[in-house]
Amino acid sequence: MLTAAHLITLLPLILVGSTAVIAMLGIAWQRHHAVTALVSAAGLVAALVTLPLTIPAASSPPLMQVDGLTVMAGALVLVSALVTVILSHHYLTGYIGPREEFYLLILCATAGALGLVASDHLAMLFISLELLSMPLYGMLAYSFRAERSLEAGIKYLLLSAAATAFLLFGMALIYARTGAMDLAGIAGALVDAPDAWMLAGAALMVVGLGFKLSVVPFHLWTPDVYQGGPAPATIFLATVSKLAVFVVLLRLVLAAPVFASEWVQGLITVLALLTMLAGNLLALFQANLKRLLGYSSIAHFGYLLVAIVAGNALAMETTGVYLVTYLVTTLAAFGVVTLVSSPFGGEDADGLPLYRGLFWRRPYLAAVMTISFLSLAGIPLTAGFIGKFYVIALGVADARWWLVGGVIAGSAIGLYYYLRVMVTLYLPEPGMRARDVSNDWGSRLGGITLIALAVIILVLGIYPTPMIGWVQHLAGN
Amino acid sequence: MILLWLILIPFLGGILCWQADRWGEQAPRWIALATMLFVLMIALWLWVTGDFALPAGVHNQWLLEWRADWIPRFGIQVHLAIDGLSLILIALTGFLGALAVLCSWHEIVHRIGFFHLNLLWILGGVVGVFLAMDLFLFFLFWEVMLVPMYFLIALWGHSGSPGQTRIRAATRFFIYTQASGLLMLVAILALVFIHFGNTGQWSFSYEVLRQTDVPEPMAYWLMLGFFVAFAVKLPVVPFHGWLPGAHAQAPTAGSVDLAGILLKTAAYGMLRFALPLFPEQSADFAPVAMTLGLVSIIYGAVLACGQQDIKRLIAYTSISHMGFVLIAIYSGSELAIQGAIVLMVAHAFSSAGLFILSGQLYERIHTRDMRFMGGLWGRLPALPGFTLCFVAASLGMPATANFVGEFMILFGTFPSAPVVAVVASIGLVLAAIYSLILMQRVHFGPVHREGALFGPDGREYVMMLSLLALVLLVGLYPQPLLDTTATLSQAIAELFPDGDLASVAGEVR
Repeated sequence: MLTAAHLITLLPLILVGSTAVIAMLGIAWQRHHAVTALVSAAGLVAALVTLPLTIPAASSPPLMQVDGLTVMAGALVLVSALVTVILSHHYLTGYIGPREEFYLLILCATAGALGLVASDHLAMLFISLELLSMPLYGMLAYSFRAERSLEAGIKYLLLSAAATAFLLFGMALIYARTGAMDLAGIAGALVDAPDAWMLAGAALMVVGLGFKLSVVPFHLWTPDVYQGGPAPATIFLATVSKLAVFVVLLRLVLAAPVFASEWVQGLITVLALLTMLAGNLLALFQANLKRLLGYSSIAHFGYLLVAIVAGNALAMETTGVYLVTYLVTTLAAFGVVTLVSSPFGGEDADGLPLYRGLFWRRPYLAAVMTISFLSLAGIPLTAGFIGKFYVIALGVADARWWLVGGVIAGSAIGLYYYLRVMVTLYLPEPGMRARDVSNDWGSRLGGITLIALAVIILVLGIYPTPMIGWVQHLAGN
Repeated sequence: MILLWLILIPFLGGILCWQADRWGEQAPRWIALATMLFVLMIALWLWVTGDFALPAGVHNQWLLEWRADWIPRFGIQVHLAIDGLSLILIALTGFLGALAVLCSWHEIVHRIGFFHLNLLWILGGVVGVFLAMDLFLFFLFWEVMLVPMYFLIALWGHSGSPGQTRIRAATRFFIYTQASGLLMLVAILALVFIHFGNTGQWSFSYEVLRQTDVPEPMAYWLMLGFFVAFAVKLPVVPFHGWLPGAHAQAPTAGSVDLAGILLKTAAYGMLRFALPLFPEQSADFAPVAMTLGLVSIIYGAVLACGQQDIKRLIAYTSISHMGFVLIAIYSGSELAIQGAIVLMVAHAFSSAGLFILSGQLYERIHTRDMRFMGGLWGRLPALPGFTLCFVAASLGMPATANFVGEFMILFGTFPSAPVVAVVASIGLVLAAIYSLILMQRVHFGPVHREGALFGPDGREYVMMLSLLALVLLVGLYPQPLLDTTATLSQAIAELFPDGDLASVAGEVR
């Protein structure tokens, strides 16, 4: 039964949900772009503020598990959603047609992500995952007059549905064997070695979640969807959606022994190796920045899968640190693309030639981009290096030499395209400037956010101790 | 604290240069020059005031030390320390840094502030490498100096022959060094985790990890991890693919930094980390390393003979010279290690001189292809004479610093590995051949085009004369240099079990 204490624990979720309702009613009453954006941002900030209240939870609400991991992932989800809202406002200014519903979709998806990271029950997992995915179809196809956007939305819808089918089948198999849907029940029902049905169920669930994480070979949708979707939707997809799904996968591995069995671990090892290598190789000759970032995010989740394979205490910490660094980096990188594409004018500015000589036109914007790409490449003094350091440390500590080798090979290959983009920013401009951000971009909220993100990337890279302390504190809870 | 400032000064100076762009194009140059001279002054002051007499125990190994907690989670500290070897290399960095600024005075005319930002950050990273005593910090600086070097080559480099663009060369340089650096990171982390398993303490400290007891097959692999990272940077022959392109495509300042300082970080890393951390494994590995050194000597020299591009020729001679250094490091003889240090310094001077000269030639005749040179002796005042001097230094003529270094290396290696010493001396003959080829094709031979060229100006005279003076000074009186690094060389030579060459070593002191 729900108690008052449970309500406090649920407060962030309730706040985000009610903000969605308020936004919807507001739209029904009178459309106003700036106010809707403001209300959404306020709701997210309020949820973020109440998040620390949830942690000394005596008991979790039914179907949910509120622990350090939940709070950590919840905070990251809310921050990413907030950045998405801020960037969307600038982006949607130029959009012809209803603009306000985009925030509604963001809020709904955020609520889904918050539920997903807290789910302790397969039903909760499934419902939250759908609540996260459904609004994303709408977000991706939001600028539906552009053919690519519509294509992206439908592609994501179809493949997501296929993935859901895998997930459900896996759940059904596990339920058939154990008769339980909650994680503790699944873990407890199975004391001796898992049999073929359990393993098949676990593997199918990994496949289903792997679709969402765009793990190779289930990644085929990623480049098209990243390229086609409007930039803020892509940001949301690359950050919030991936993060929440990854956290739930980690929870499954930590809670249910069947996911930590040797066979499933072997499967995930192979998937991780494939993902880091294929993600980087496919990105090598991309001339489209959004596709390139899509492949790069595939590779990054390949590295992070090392944590799933290891599945120990250090893995929790690694996941936390890596997700923090990945989030700030990805938000900054996609943020620059969004800002250059803002205000929306039919097609996003995602061709690499458009960025040629950006440094000589917009030094700060190019500096943000350079920092984020250095961080993606894992160069020291940026946040990305701390994340990569943790992943390699975890691989070495767990003696997973194949995975360590994969991370190194992947990083070496990845450098090629990260450097290519970086140097493009500094090459002298050929005279034409096809696309440019408005002159006062730095004074706008989006610009300030991006500079703040770049500073955070550097600070986390130079002095990561507070972040490590925070993650350790929450991972131990 | 002064050690921290040694690192921070170039970084801050770099930012100042970038911002100074708006005050006119001379401002960044003067600021960069002042910054590097400042670093040089601090290093020289430390050298003059420092006491490098042999210490009684191993414990006060450092002249100066500074430490602060950084990431307590893993026991990572900002631990800086300086000894004779670091000091000499930092002074070298300051000196060559100033030269790099001077030699790009007329060469770099676009984006001057940003150029000097990159140049100074490379040097800051290099100083950090020479000072870091925490393996995490060392790795950090090791990687950080790559990024500005990449930009230096990619943005201000020359595009050479077709298919050899500057961006490709820069990317290759970056990927080679970064990938091998990650191998070193894995080795460092494995060492740290083994230490953690043994003692329950997290530490990345050099002194602590030296005491770690690593189980046998693992230790050999970890030693290889370190060796490969350093071998790529040195470079040793199977790992040298990045070097000729990077040198040929880099601007003059980039080549000076690469040959003069960046290659030395690898030799420094072997002397400071690879050998002391894994002494027995390194001793086992020594025959392989020496063979690789021999291959580098011969291969570099033979390929140098066949080059058309003057900077590629000098780049290949670097491979050959670094082969000598590698042999000396793994010889386990104090004399040879001292020789390696002298040769590192000497090679920094002579190759910097040759690269600056080829840059000056390029400013005058706008080509680096030796097929379009020839007969310059008659057309060009002073520069051919300087070229002759540095070519003589490069081939190891007595009275030059290179001679002292190579002689000490061969002499020190002979007792323990006579075959290696004999084969290595073939390299000296080949050095004479490629040096004379360079001289003949550029400055003598048939005149390719008529017309007098303008001679060096004051700035160029200052650069050439100071380099030449140093080459001769170290060549004629290397004792101060040897005294500074004697402690370190002795300690390293003692790491090898068959280091019973004290009789030979005694003669140096």
